[in-house]
Amino acid sequence: MYSQKVMDHFKNPRNMGEIPDADGVGTVGNPVCGDLMTIYIKVKNDRIKDVKFKTFGCGAAIATSSMTTELAKGKTLEEAMKLSRKDVADSLDGLPAIKMHCSNLAADGLHAAIEDYLKKKGAKK
Amino acid sequence: MFNKDIRRMTKNNNTGAQLLSNHRVYLDHSASNPIDSRVLDAMLPYFREHFGNPSSTHSLGQEALEALEESRRNVANLIGAKPSEIIFTSGATESINMAIRGAAFRNRNKGDNILYSAIEHMAVLNTTKYLVRQGFRGTSIPVDNTGVIDRDALSKSVCDKAVIVSLMYANGEIGTIEPVREAAEIVHEAGALLHVDAVAAACQIPIDVKRDGMDFLTISSNELYGPKGVGALYVKEGAKIEPLIQGGGQEKGLRSGTENVPGIVGMGKASEIAKAEMNPESERLTALRERLIEGTLENIRESHLNGHRNQRLPNNANLRFSYIEGESLILSLDMEGIQVSSASACTSKTLEPSHVLLAIGLRHEEAHGSIAFTFGRENVLSDVDHVLSVLPPIVKRLRMISPLTPKELLS
Repeated sequence: MYSQKVMDHFKNPRNMGEIPDADGVGTVGNPVCGDLMTIYIKVKNDRIKDVKFKTFGCGAAIATSSMTTELAKGKTLEEAMKLSRKDVADSLDGLPAIKMHCSNLAADGLHAAIEDYLKKKGAKK
Repeated sequence: MFNKDIRRMTKNNNTGAQLLSNHRVYLDHSASNPIDSRVLDAMLPYFREHFGNPSSTHSLGQEALEALEESRRNVANLIGAKPSEIIFTSGATESINMAIRGAAFRNRNKGDNILYSAIEHMAVLNTTKYLVRQGFRGTSIPVDNTGVIDRDALSKSVCDKAVIVSLMYANGEIGTIEPVREAAEIVHEAGALLHVDAVAAACQIPIDVKRDGMDFLTISSNELYGPKGVGALYVKEGAKIEPLIQGGGQEKGLRSGTENVPGIVGMGKASEIAKAEMNPESERLTALRERLIEGTLENIRESHLNGHRNQRLPNNANLRFSYIEGESLILSLDMEGIQVSSASACTSKTLEPSHVLLAIGLRHEEAHGSIAFTFGRENVLSDVDHVLSVLPPIVKRLRMISPLTPKELLS
């Protein structure tokens, strides 16, 4: 059902946790649907210096969250905005078809966190 | 022998989980049961040696016919029916279709309303939907928060031109046992027919179709540790139904097609064993269930039992863990060698959480975090202890990952 990589990220999620003084926070999904994830980012010189996640959901939801944080770390905001759901799924050696849409939300969560950061930054100016 | 069989059968797991433990525990008996080796032994001669067609006049055919009728007696004996009231089918889904569609079409002059409890199996719900497309009406009867049917709602709806009512003897997902005898009185007083799905109950609690007042009753062979692909429908003497399948007139014309003799022999043997061993086995399973329920509720905060506390199937413990999702629990348990079922959206084909859990009033996110542990013949006390040792750290880890978990629960 799941690739070895998905199971690895499910068993040993990377960057799991919260960033209390995050520069941007993005939450996507809905517990009613069975998947909810929050992505926290720290930004320095337009680069993602640190990123963490918390996820309620199935194995795929946890694994895609973990992989997204790994892919995002160190990227410029522009590069991170281009990170797609497909990139995340490909990096995990694929996901079952039914999971592609319902559980593969973490890239959206990352984009929401970046938008939150840009909004806050704009407000400060 | 039996234990060895199951250990071997559960060795291959397909979720991609790598086992962390050598202790393998199968706790998904409401999904599938291993065939009892005594049942398999009884079946084997009917594949090659005694392969006759029961409709044939010669001795080989008559041997098969004899075996078929012996099985019919054993199945009838399990549920207190006459052998002539047992129709063999390809499984519970066919039995349910036959009873509801067959009775609705045949008795259309008596009413057009199909009643069913809100926690029925998809075979009942989708058969009703089909009948609604054919001009019937469908009425769902609510259950309370333990899963017990609302008798007042049943009394009211059954008077609205009900033709057939479909209820469960016990629900295999949440374990709740229904007051079927009381329901039968209500249904018959209004002149309607009663079908009862006894798939989950038949192996575990004594059923007597005469005492309980049933017109139709569905049972499945696999739930009795018999082969898959075989089931039976009890049709009360005098009850009229339209057959689903037309052909050579086998099974009193109600289910044409050459009989699946090896499968039916297996179901007969499985019924005989279930009847003989039911009392001590149900007592044993109840003890396993109680140890799991009590151990979980004591050791894991914000864990809850779904279904009725006492009025439940001996083998069923449906437990709910707040703030986490069922599939990630299943994967984690599978890595520890424990195989269970979740009714969460992520494990279903529809992405919807179980209609059974929603019917007992759970919120969607609560339904997502529910797991059904269903015990069976090969389970022993040390299996429960294994679950109880790995479950708290698994729940804790997933709660750490979840953004919904309140901080004080993690301390």
